[in-house]
Amino acid sequence: MKSLLTSTAVAAALIAGGAQAEGNLSIYHWFEYIPQELLDKFTAETGITVTMDTYDSNEAMLASLKAGGMGSYDVAVPGDYMVSIMIGEGLLDEVGEGELKNKGNIADGWANPSFDPGWKHSIPYQWGSTSFMVDTAAFDGNIDTTDILFNPPAELAGKINMLDSQGEVMAMASLHLGIPQCSQDREQLKALDTMLQEAKGNWASFNSDTAKEVLVSGDVSVGQIYDGFGAKARAEKASLKYAFPTQGYVAWMDNVVLLKDAPNRDSAIKFMDFLLEPENIAAVSNFARYGSGLAGVEAFLDPELATLPESNPPSTAGPGVFIEVCDEATQAIYDRIWTNVKK
Amino acid sequence: MAGGTAQDNGTQGDTYKEVRDWLLAPAWVTLIVLVLLPVLLMLVYSFLTKEFRGGVIWEFSFAAYEQFFCDRGLFGDEPCAIEWTYINIFWRSIWQAGLATILSLLIGFPTAYFIATRPAHVRPLWVFLITIPYWVNLLIRTVSMRFMLREEGPINNALMWSGLIDNPLQMINTNFAVQIGLFYSYLPFMVLPIYAAVERYNFTLSEAASDLYASKWTTLRRIVLPAVRPGVIAGCILVFVPSLGAFLAPDLLGGAKNFMIGSLIEEQFKGNAGNWPFGAAASMILLTLVLVILTLYARQQARPDKGAR
Repeated sequence: MKSLLTSTAVAAALIAGGAQAEGNLSIYHWFEYIPQELLDKFTAETGITVTMDTYDSNEAMLASLKAGGMGSYDVAVPGDYMVSIMIGEGLLDEVGEGELKNKGNIADGWANPSFDPGWKHSIPYQWGSTSFMVDTAAFDGNIDTTDILFNPPAELAGKINMLDSQGEVMAMASLHLGIPQCSQDREQLKALDTMLQEAKGNWASFNSDTAKEVLVSGDVSVGQIYDGFGAKARAEKASLKYAFPTQGYVAWMDNVVLLKDAPNRDSAIKFMDFLLEPENIAAVSNFARYGSGLAGVEAFLDPELATLPESNPPSTAGPGVFIEVCDEATQAIYDRIWTNVKK
Repeated sequence: MAGGTAQDNGTQGDTYKEVRDWLLAPAWVTLIVLVLLPVLLMLVYSFLTKEFRGGVIWEFSFAAYEQFFCDRGLFGDEPCAIEWTYINIFWRSIWQAGLATILSLLIGFPTAYFIATRPAHVRPLWVFLITIPYWVNLLIRTVSMRFMLREEGPINNALMWSGLIDNPLQMINTNFAVQIGLFYSYLPFMVLPIYAAVERYNFTLSEAASDLYASKWTTLRRIVLPAVRPGVIAGCILVFVPSLGAFLAPDLLGGAKNFMIGSLIEEQFKGNAGNWPFGAAASMILLTLVLVILTLYARQQARPDKGAR
């Protein structure tokens, strides 16, 4: 028994030692969000071996990091609101001044994002919008209104897929009602609760992973979707059109963050610098079909990206808003509203 | 039946007596490390204070159980009323799992009976055929069921081609689809234990019943079913329990519109709610429910046969 325990301990030590060796990089990333060729290029340039695990929501990533994932990954790619949550929880390491030599490539418009002022812990990865698509073969009226989701015309009722994400649904619903996100006004919150319960009767499903697939297959005629997935959906089914409601739409930005207790901090910094080079981040944009947040990428982009309907809001579009982070007491009410929607 | 032949001290076959403790050690380690400790951890977590956005604070609290049973209104400041939300979610899951169990039994029993009455040399082939779907991951099988059931899927296309219907049936994102998914996922769990029981059944008993002018229905009801009851009950438990906690079928086939127990618990750990103690409490309540059902089964089994012998 004793020798068994000893050999187990040795094996465990070997595994742990291997993961921390120099020349490795451990990425925790969204699924299908970085081209393998780009990772190969990084390995070829630096000699650093890359391993990657994937997640399908910001919340799943946070839960996994908090449940013991810290110390095993070097970088992760949280969305805007999740960056401020992770900063607040002390999960992110600070990137020192001058550590990233390509930091100057960040576009002027993104110099000071609200979720991480001055980019102290993160760099921009991709940004875009979350709105919804409508199959114009099923409905030929005006689609640039949030009524399509929350007060749909008869031909679209029961044919709507929502993202299975409280943040996206609540932000869009707040825009629809014209109330602030994280409202603490009781009348506004009651109105939100009532409106969502009525709207739910017109919804077919809550699906995030298959948001594109249910639109392309015709399971639904309306679906909440990220703009990049929307472009891919349109490529497969031309009658799908991405909406920019006059009430506004949800904007998002994913960011590469440096995790606290990163086992390979140097590799992480090299990787962030690598992604701050226009040519490399353009490769991500060409793959994922989102904007990059860097200046000087145009020369490396597919020409088609510049005129993409999903990335170029018409002049009638309302503002793009980031999802806000509510305080604990307010969030408890939003959690209850969400449970009411799905009970 | 064989129970009466056990030795008085309750142990049979002491061939490996000297090394028994060593041989049992891996099983004990597995049970303690992989079953007992995680369940105890859940039990402890369910009595802790939730940390905002996931995690726990090590302070004792009943809050998770209170949240389950106590409705304090949208703003959490009203006096406690009975919270029906979670009870309804549990009831919906139990109802779905129960229906899946009955459907599996109705189809699984004749299947098992059929296999057990084939010639001995072809029975392994039939059992082998039953297990083939298990070579494919449950997720893949559930997704393919999505393709089958959708409006432009093969089932609707075939029905429309045959002229039985004019417009596609809405099957995907309904309780019907969830039911199909559950029943299809767990059917083999019903067939195999019943097959094992029917195979051991002494068919001369059926002949004797028939000689004594019992109808076929009476023979099935009074002779066959009591004899194979342990297999039937084992099959029912093997279908009911995983169906109760299933979240793939409700999510992928039912459209995730309504929480089931499994998705409710999942949401607490990796969803927006991030309320670990509540997820742990819901798991403990589910565990208690399952334990009660299994205990009832065990007591049923322990009861002496009321039968003819």
